[in-house]
Amino acid sequence: MNNPERTSSRRGEIVAEATDIWKSYDGGRVEVLRGASVRVREGELVALWGASGSGKSTLLHLLGGLDTPDRGTLRVCGLDPRGERERLTLRRHLLGYVFQLHNLVPDLTVEENIRLPALALGASAKAMAARVRELAERVGLGHRLAHRVQDLSGGERQRAAICRALMNSPRVILADEPTGSLDEQTGETVFALLRELARSQKAAVVLCTHERRYAEACDQLLRMRAGRVEETR
Amino acid sequence: MFAASLTRLRYLSLAFTNLRRHRLRALIGVAGIAFGVAAMLAILAVVHGAIGMFERILNTDSDYLVFERKVSDLFFSSVTPAQLAAVRARPEVAEAHAMLFGIVSADGHPVITCFGLEPSDPRLRRAQWRAGSADDFGVRPGEVFLGTRAAEFLEARPGDKVEIGRGEFVVGGIFRTENGFEDGGVFMALPDAQAFFHRENIASIVAVKLRERGLGPQFKAALEAEQPGVMALENREFSQNYNSFKILHVTAWAVGLCAFVLGGLGVANTMLLSVFGRIRELAVLRVCGFSARQVGALVMAESAALAALGLVAGLALGAAVLALLARLPDLQGYLSARLTPGVLVGIVATAFLTALGGALYPAWYAARIQPAEALRYE
Ligand SMILES: Nc1ncnc2c1ncn2[C@@H]1O[C@H](COP(=O)(O)OP(=O)(O)OP(=O)(O)O)[C@@H](O)[C@H]1O
Ligand SMILES: [Mg+2]
Repeated sequence: MNNPERTSSRRGEIVAEATDIWKSYDGGRVEVLRGASVRVREGELVALWGASGSGKSTLLHLLGGLDTPDRGTLRVCGLDPRGERERLTLRRHLLGYVFQLHNLVPDLTVEENIRLPALALGASAKAMAARVRELAERVGLGHRLAHRVQDLSGGERQRAAICRALMNSPRVILADEPTGSLDEQTGETVFALLRELARSQKAAVVLCTHERRYAEACDQLLRMRAGRVEETR
Repeated sequence: MFAASLTRLRYLSLAFTNLRRHRLRALIGVAGIAFGVAAMLAILAVVHGAIGMFERILNTDSDYLVFERKVSDLFFSSVTPAQLAAVRARPEVAEAHAMLFGIVSADGHPVITCFGLEPSDPRLRRAQWRAGSADDFGVRPGEVFLGTRAAEFLEARPGDKVEIGRGEFVVGGIFRTENGFEDGGVFMALPDAQAFFHRENIASIVAVKLRERGLGPQFKAALEAEQPGVMALENREFSQNYNSFKILHVTAWAVGLCAFVLGGLGVANTMLLSVFGRIRELAVLRVCGFSARQVGALVMAESAALAALGLVAGLALGAAVLALLARLPDLQGYLSARLTPGVLVGIVATAFLTALGGALYPAWYAARIQPAEALRYE
């Protein structure tokens, strides 16, 4: 799973940056992050790799404005994800999320799910049809658009979730163990699709994983240990 | 501008997805509102109908009603001969008709409205006479004149003897009117009624027709100054001030509102279940760019949709109940359901207000869902 193009991306504009981030839970009893820092450049594929409980998801949530750090500075696409308005702007226009579980809305069709981020902005189904189809076809779901989420396999659901994350052409995708609940082969397919699609859409990806092979296939491999981020490459 | 704001509301279509998804739950919420609407509709229509009917008894061809000051109910009002004479002596008055109301009973019919009337009373000429005529009224003492419904349930024909209360009367004629109280009631000559109810020379009210409508205030002021024991009210004023109407009115709205409160609780319950059941899903919507306000509005919209469905079902149900009531033989004529635009607007507004009120807490709860918390447990 080597990535021949990865050396090219060490330059370019910084789209997300966390500096000296501290975060604890339960009133300080659980110290998860102790001075963690990351820097993500445009179009780059960054792996946050580490053991379970090392704080990968926590850091990702902080970058995505889903949680607030105790200390440290955050900058995503020029915005501070601590503010409520900034969060909304980030979620609507600049960030896409993929989770370990697909988190698609049951009873909606694949198409309706992929369209959700556009719906939040008031876009009509008609106006978005072409965009939805383009994304779905790229992940091989073109023929399943009208199916309900329940009828899809795990891999297909995760592919739909990737399309949804890319719907509003975000600049950064935050992916938390997107292959975590898939078998090996499906996981590799999904990872490859995420990487290809993000690249074609010029979106950077921050990928949390505890699987070395996926981490190795990224442009940047950051190892999380003891609440800090170690640059391994 | 308007189109743009509608566009922004497009996301509310998701509310319908959720209703379709939990049909039974939605149905329960709808049923709650529907029963509230139906109850309110039926009660208000019947009460307004009854009040309207009663108003028409009093208002036949008159501008003003004169009755005893400070009585709570017209049945207890006493207008003396001197007061009646004073009314008739006023120059503004074209016609004045004294009336005595009473309730009598017959076998199996506990409530028959009895009208003691003067032969000149306009309602006698307005009635359609099935037997006898207005000219026979008050000619022979001891005669009663029956509405068609009263004649039916008393099984009486002209010339028959009927027992009413403790008295025996001869049926002098049978008439038909649109008014349930009259059609199911008994007319007798005023002196007969006064004797029967032991209220010699007394009238309950005097219906006054003026020479000119504009003379009303002058008439009222002069009469009340001269006869402090009575008061004169314009027909409309009377309806608004008459205590029994007020009580009926308030009771009707109160009962209707109670039904609605129950409906509102049903909606609150439905919406809480709806929100608690999809905390994760709502968190996902937040992550997909829905604002807290949009998520709250989604819950409100779902509730409003329940209210709209409940309203349609409830109006249909209420109309069916009214149609059914109107066919019950015992109520025939008494029940003239009357739906004013005001009542309809009130019902629609109450339905939406209770539904939205019931959804307030669930919506607030939904809007506060923190995506990180909700999505953490995978
Ligand atoms: N809201 C919270 N309250 C209390 N403890 C928390 C909370 N969120 C995270 N933690 C704790 O912080 C630590 C790091 O959690 P995190 O989910 O970031 O780890 P991770 O590296 O993503 O692990 P995994 O690979 O299992 O997903 C864990 O010990 C977890 O129990
Ligand atoms: Mg994690």
